[in-house]
Amino acid sequence: MSLVEAKRLEKTYVSGEVQVQAIRGVDFTIAPGSFVSFVGPSGSGKSTLLNMIGCLDPPTGGTLSIADTDVSTLSRKEGARFRGEHIGFVFQDFNLIPVLTVYENIEYPLLMVQSWPQAERKKRISQVLAAVGMADQAQKYPGQISGGQKQRVAVARALITNPKLVLADEPTANLDRETANRIIALMKEMRDEFGTTFIFSTHDPKVVKNAETIFTLEDGALKQTDTGGIYA
Amino acid sequence: MRNIIKIAAKNLLRYKRRTLLTTALIALGVVSVLLFIAVSGSFKSLMIGQITDSVMGHVQIHRKGYVASIDSLPLNRNLNAKQMAKVEEILRAEPAVESFTLRLRLGAMFSNFTETTNIRLNAVVPEDEFRAMPLLASRLSEKKAGEELLVPGGVLIPALLAKGMQVTVGDTVVLVATNRDGSVNGKPFTVHGVLDGISGPGGRDGAIHLDDAKELLRISGVEISEIAVRLKDIDDLPAVTALLEQQLGGLTNKEGQPVFEVHTWEKLSPFYNIAKMIDLMTLFIKVMLVAIVLVSIMNVMIMAVYERIGEIGTIAAIGTTPGKILALFLAEGFLLAIVGTATGTVISLLAIAALNSAAITFNFGMQTGLLLQPAISVGQIAPILAMVIFISVLASLQPAWKAAKMDPIAALRHV
Ligand SMILES: Nc1ncnc2c1ncn2[C@@H]1O[C@H](COP(=O)(O)OP(=O)(O)OP(=O)(O)O)[C@@H](O)[C@H]1O
Ligand SMILES: [Mg+2]
Repeated sequence: MSLVEAKRLEKTYVSGEVQVQAIRGVDFTIAPGSFVSFVGPSGSGKSTLLNMIGCLDPPTGGTLSIADTDVSTLSRKEGARFRGEHIGFVFQDFNLIPVLTVYENIEYPLLMVQSWPQAERKKRISQVLAAVGMADQAQKYPGQISGGQKQRVAVARALITNPKLVLADEPTANLDRETANRIIALMKEMRDEFGTTFIFSTHDPKVVKNAETIFTLEDGALKQTDTGGIYA
Repeated sequence: MRNIIKIAAKNLLRYKRRTLLTTALIALGVVSVLLFIAVSGSFKSLMIGQITDSVMGHVQIHRKGYVASIDSLPLNRNLNAKQMAKVEEILRAEPAVESFTLRLRLGAMFSNFTETTNIRLNAVVPEDEFRAMPLLASRLSEKKAGEELLVPGGVLIPALLAKGMQVTVGDTVVLVATNRDGSVNGKPFTVHGVLDGISGPGGRDGAIHLDDAKELLRISGVEISEIAVRLKDIDDLPAVTALLEQQLGGLTNKEGQPVFEVHTWEKLSPFYNIAKMIDLMTLFIKVMLVAIVLVSIMNVMIMAVYERIGEIGTIAAIGTTPGKILALFLAEGFLLAIVGTATGTVISLLAIAALNSAAITFNFGMQTGLLLQPAISVGQIAPILAMVIFISVLASLQPAWKAAKMDPIAALRHV
């Protein structure tokens, strides 16, 4: 049983006369609980692929199913609902909401995307805050914490609703090497603790080595698949 | 819903100065409108009250054609006994009518034994006149001590005349009038009071007792030029007027011409146009308020959406539905309006209270020392607040819609 299944998946961008084939018919499956990385040079299609898996961008060819749902035909609203229910996001620029505290940022999906009752919310937030090691920073605002800490908060926010899948496009690109490694390590811990599938992209070979499954993209096509913890 | 409002409030507090400026602008607009309504309303009702309660009544009934030639106070267009009986019967049967007064209007020569001039007179039954014109007594700047306000043999003269002819209360004067047949008759009167003039028709007329007028004009039966009617409630004016017009307008003479004509104070007094102008100005000021609110809210909301494109992309990506994003931005416009209108209303009420305690007086035409008593009711405030809030949400709609429709990927890339 797979969580993500792509068959002859294609994405072609059309802007005016110009057509860009960003993804040229890729096939892959990702099992639940995997720790997966997409790597490849700039422009190879990592972001495009992650956006499709994240139901942010519909494929232009092939099929893509996530948690047994064909996501290639979802409307905007259905896409939003599906993301809110099943997918967490970690961004390159952290993307915390500056007017909300660390606590409120993590609480946001429970309030505005799902509607959790207060008591359960509190319990879940303290659990996840502790898991990412940010419990003592809960009342600070994003402007008052470091980049690495912001990304921890972002991981907590992505995990808070207990999604099946967390997508992270270049989550370490704005972090120094050491912090980057710690964030990847944290994500792996979270996978171990909550059983969440993590898919991230990077072009940093040192970061890649932490992944258990590595898909190498080149010019929109899948060049190589390494599994079984060769680097792990 | 509570969470949407909470987040909207936090976003507004992010740009404190901008939020403050916008709410201040809305508050200022609300204050201008509410104060204008309160002050002009006070002025308007004071003026209308002066006109209807001391000169005209609310409705007047004349013989057909009288009003058209009212400047000459024609004695040949008076109502006779039979016609009067009909009018009185109808008026007494109408529950909305509080009281009415019968007037015989005439022009006369006024002499203080050294000089002679013209005077226009209302010959009235004093009890009826003072009951139907409750503010008439207050227009008496001087009156004969210890006497009834108007008795046979007495005359109330307009202030301008008293000044010009150097006549005061207690003086004897002679009134000379020409009757319908052209014969002249004179009679001495004692000045019983001096009436302050008020703007508009009839505002500078004197008054004598109806019995004296009959003697002066050598009238034996009933002759009445004008019936001034006071209603229990001025809001009934259109309904009662319509009813009287229907009941009296149907009565015709032998030639098939209508006998009576019915006029409201609005048709007879030029002040009605001033009142209409005030209403029009109120409308203009309301339109300006709408424009201020529309432009200022739309401006801040467009800025807010533009500045937060990346955030919009983030919350959209993590699953916030377009509807909720729309609601978040509408809530910001709504909150700006609520804070702005609340502040504006409080300031307005304080300012109205201050104006009242300052006891400001003003003059209008001949009248001096009228007390300005601005007041505003919940019924006047509520629609304005509702309008401001509605316009604010409307003005936020386009920017909010833009935010809701944003493509998350494009928005995220914007950072
Ligand atoms: N909206 C778009 N319109 C047109 N072309 C696009 C669009 N988005 C991406 N592309 C193109 O698709 C290709 C893949 O881009 P993508 O962003 O997925 O690469 P990437 O592997 O994420 O690169 P990077 O490492 O620089 O982030 C590139 O050639 C890019 O120019
Ligand atoms: Mg990319």
